[in-house]
Amino acid sequence: MADELLEMYALMYRSRCFEEAVQVLWSDGLISGEMHMNLGEEAVYAGIVPLLKDGDAMALDHRGTAPLLMRGLDPGDLLREFLGLPGGLCRGRGGHMHLFDPDTLSASSGIVGASGPLGVGFALAAKRLRSGLMAAAFFGEGAVNQGMLMEAMNLAVVWKLPLLFICKDDGYSITADSSSMSGGEIPARAESLGLRCLSVDGLDAGTVRSSAETMMDELRSGAPPGFLHAACVHLEGHFLGFPLKELQRHPLRQMNALSGGIAKAVFARGGIPTRERLAAVTALMSDVFHNLAEGRRSDRDDPLVRGRSELKHPPRKVEETEAVIRAEIARTVTAVLEEAAA
Amino acid sequence: MSRRLRYSAAVDDAIASAMALDPTIIIFGEDVPLLRKELFARFGGGRVMGAPISESAFLGAAVGAAMAGLRPIAEVYMADFLGVCFDSLLNHAAKTEAFSGGRWKVPMVVRAPCGGGYGDGGQHEQCLWGILAHIPGLVVVVPSTPGEAGGLMTAALHYDGPVIFMEHKLLSETSLEFLGAGGRKTVEYDVPREGTEGEVPNRWSAIPLGKARTVREGSDGVLVSLGVGVHRCIEAAERMAGEGQNWSVLDLRTVAPLDIESVAQSALRTGRLIVVDEDYLRFGLTGEIAAVIAERQIVCRFARVATETTIPYARTLEDAALPNTERILKAIRNME
Repeated sequence: MADELLEMYALMYRSRCFEEAVQVLWSDGLISGEMHMNLGEEAVYAGIVPLLKDGDAMALDHRGTAPLLMRGLDPGDLLREFLGLPGGLCRGRGGHMHLFDPDTLSASSGIVGASGPLGVGFALAAKRLRSGLMAAAFFGEGAVNQGMLMEAMNLAVVWKLPLLFICKDDGYSITADSSSMSGGEIPARAESLGLRCLSVDGLDAGTVRSSAETMMDELRSGAPPGFLHAACVHLEGHFLGFPLKELQRHPLRQMNALSGGIAKAVFARGGIPTRERLAAVTALMSDVFHNLAEGRRSDRDDPLVRGRSELKHPPRKVEETEAVIRAEIARTVTAVLEEAAA
Repeated sequence: MSRRLRYSAAVDDAIASAMALDPTIIIFGEDVPLLRKELFARFGGGRVMGAPISESAFLGAAVGAAMAGLRPIAEVYMADFLGVCFDSLLNHAAKTEAFSGGRWKVPMVVRAPCGGGYGDGGQHEQCLWGILAHIPGLVVVVPSTPGEAGGLMTAALHYDGPVIFMEHKLLSETSLEFLGAGGRKTVEYDVPREGTEGEVPNRWSAIPLGKARTVREGSDGVLVSLGVGVHRCIEAAERMAGEGQNWSVLDLRTVAPLDIESVAQSALRTGRLIVVDEDYLRFGLTGEIAAVIAERQIVCRFARVATETTIPYARTLEDAALPNTERILKAIRNME
């Protein structure tokens, strides 16, 4: 168990080092468009991905970096992809939201909820072609309100497929508080469709692993599909440069940007009475302040800090492991950047 | 009297003016209270509503709400996501009037940002107006400037049927900042400035749907486009003017209804017609225009510049795949 914890920590640490490098390259403008990170949800993947066997499949959402790294893909191939280089995992044509690796049956999608039906298909193929193997479908809690995901959950049950649904719940559907966007409780919803459901602390890789392991073993021997509800965080918000995160970090600067135009709207002719307008502004701002108060990056919420504190190994051993990983990622990043510059 | 506004601010402003006059207009979609905070502050949560990531439910709901007396604006983050709720448009919004023998109309607007050029990959940068315009019963609007965008939104909110209103993300300051820049000053995209900010009237009036706009007059040929494509065409026409050729530029404004008369007249007048379409080449706007020209027995040179593949993520490949000015110039020169 102790070695398992260190293994999982190493996976998380490696993913973190890689993503921190990606963050810098994105800020420098070398990566275009949106950039969705796994920062804060690493423990969910570190608990599950090592349990996958050769021939198991992963249906991923728009945050495919960590799971693919943990599945053994070359970080250089991922980085080349993010930089749009011809030597990237998808020859620079997919980008970070559209990562595909047929060798490990891993596919991602930028469409919210799409990993559900894809996972059903992967599991169906496993059932017909690869007995004892299974599929895992990852998505956020915002996706549970997509019809296709609810349909996929039902279909997996009806067809008795070896599929584990993994809901990474960070509490935010893009900018909205998810509790204001979902009726009922997510686990109850999954159970009502006949899925076996477990709720876990998604910041704790060991807990995720022990819960997932039992479910996955059972799935491989024909048990009905499962649903793992893992509470986690997104340390950078929905994506890099996320306005609500910027607001937490630079409240004064961002507040100006956010409130611009509102005063004019409050006094414009036509609309609801002024008192109600002020109430609307208050409601909007209280959401903003709720975000401000709640979402600060804290050690308590960082699965890496948690994972590290639970290691039983001597600190020197941990530091050595970290140093090796840091050096490997730094070498990769340097090599790819040199290649890009050439 | 006029003032200057940015592209999406112009759309929001036109919506606000219409909402102040028409209490049946409501607007909803993912993150709408925050994305449209001025509307939220002025009209409140009863008319400006956030929605879960459930496009098929809230687009379908827009159809029902429109049938029952409201005039909803349903907002999706981008046109690509219309894929998950296509049924509402294809089988319901578009068909109710026909099915009811004209007795039941569906006055709704779908606000769907579209288009690429900022490196977001092929699932987030499509135009898709060809697929939408293919369906009888849908109006598809693609404005090219702030003034056009506000006037066309005003028209959409006066129209008694479903309108898909497509704001190009390179022109929309809110979309481009949120999705393309994310607070960075380190990224540069080929943004046509004239399309992002401009003069708009103090009081909006509706721009008729289905009437193209001549942006530039010339007798050597005509470039037909919409959205960002209009600006690419203007740039190409200016370059050709430097070489002594004068090309017209026609902004279609709407894919459906298509202003066939304006296209036909300029093709007839100039003898050379190039359609520049950021949407896909196959079975789309470019082919449709070729067909209507052929049907009218108009003899002219014809070429098309459109997106031919899945839009690649890599910026250089992406720029080459989209209808850029160089590709338009090449098409022009191929006609010589």
